[in-house]
Amino acid sequence: MNTKEEVLAILQDLTGEDLSDKMDENIFANGLMDSMASVQMLLNLQEKFEIDVPVSEFDREEWDTPSKIVAKVESLENE
Amino acid sequence: MNFNFINLQPYGNPHYFIYLMIGLIPIILGLYYGRRFKIYECIFSVVFLFLIFDADKWQQGVSLIIYLLIELVITYCYLYYRKKGKNKTWAFYLAVFLSIVPLIMVKVQTAFPKAKIPGVLAFLGISYITFKTVQVIMEIRDGAIKEVNLGTYLRFLLFFPTFSSGPIDRYRRFAKECDVAPKRDQYVNDLGLATRYLFQGFLYKFVLGWFFGTYWLPRISRMALIAGTANGGLKLSWWLLAYMYCYSMYLFFDFAGYSLFAVSISYFMGIHTPMNFNKPFLSQNIKEFWNRWHMTLSFWFRDYIYMRFTFFAMKKKLFKNPVRLSQVAYLLLFLVMGFWHGLTWYYIVYGLFHAIAIIINDYWIRYKKKHKDKLPSNKFTKCLSIFVTFNVVCFSFLIFSGFLSQLWFGWM
Repeated sequence: MNTKEEVLAILQDLTGEDLSDKMDENIFANGLMDSMASVQMLLNLQEKFEIDVPVSEFDREEWDTPSKIVAKVESLENE
Repeated sequence: MNFNFINLQPYGNPHYFIYLMIGLIPIILGLYYGRRFKIYECIFSVVFLFLIFDADKWQQGVSLIIYLLIELVITYCYLYYRKKGKNKTWAFYLAVFLSIVPLIMVKVQTAFPKAKIPGVLAFLGISYITFKTVQVIMEIRDGAIKEVNLGTYLRFLLFFPTFSSGPIDRYRRFAKECDVAPKRDQYVNDLGLATRYLFQGFLYKFVLGWFFGTYWLPRISRMALIAGTANGGLKLSWWLLAYMYCYSMYLFFDFAGYSLFAVSISYFMGIHTPMNFNKPFLSQNIKEFWNRWHMTLSFWFRDYIYMRFTFFAMKKKLFKNPVRLSQVAYLLLFLVMGFWHGLTWYYIVYGLFHAIAIIINDYWIRYKKKHKDKLPSNKFTKCLSIFVTFNVVCFSFLIFSGFLSQLWFGWM
């Protein structure tokens, strides 16, 4: 699985929905995600990708669509 | 000796705005031509801070200076510690605890005025300045803030448009803007917004807020007390209901008006202080309400208490069930918010009430997700949810107002 698929799998686990055709939908605005789900997502991402994302670095606006999350993870992986 | 100092509380009366606008002229001209006059800005800020704390309020001013020194020492000691590569959890807790000690003492002193704690004196803005220092300490812990420039930090803490009651800005956001001038077209756009916010603020605070708070509220309050005493029992009456709506409107227009002033003056100074309100009474549920009401405060609580607590608890696997964890975290958040408002029963009940409301709200959201196809969603259900949310919120403000305490126990 590539990064995109892994991220989508984590998101599906949290939201109960397959988001592969909603890559640019705001998942906070439509109620799929909330703060609690973001925390779970951060922990799952840390485990899966061995990246370090402290809560301070979680700015909702930078993480509010599946595409943005994939891009964030990819940039953190390359650090 | 008798000096006649003028004392000016922020945004208190029309004169204040005249002085403010005169003082702003050089800053606006400078920014328009792409220059930020930092020294002038500092003098300007210090003068307006001085006007808050001079004359009979001078003791508050001394209190502020001592407070600032304490917070600076704590922040820089912790930063030094982190820079040496150390990151023990106890050191972090200690730094956070020490930074909120002055605020706790002030809150205790306010609640028990008879128990005089020596050397403790509240000053205007202590809560908001504490939110800022705690924020900085937490981000130093996370490594998100690696360097704290003393000048920037002081300007951040003492930024006078937001000094008395927020909105609560973020250090990293503020630091990016405070040394540079915005681009010309951006700044021209900001000036337009600043002017609009200023006049919207006048309408909110001095017209609507005045009508609800100064004109109607005392009259309704008198009637509710009379009718309540006549009715006996829980002292309920239609006047009490009127009080609930009138107070809620007053609270919104007064505080939203103040916040608009603070954002407006920040924009004139080329700083994009975040907005505090976004049509809160159109929220369709309590969760949404907190994303629209006093936003910088609720986001502060969300980011620095709720998310940190859930992150920590999940990592340590303190709870098996994430639903239970989120409920505990909500209780924690809203209780802290209640205590922060003051150590009085109605603030704490207000916190509990919102925690319970948001927990019920979450049950409902989960139920809705499961039964998506069976539940109707149309204009009517949307209006209904706005109506229900509005009334739940207004009821919480009735608790918050302390009027029930006056009605039932004769004190506020």
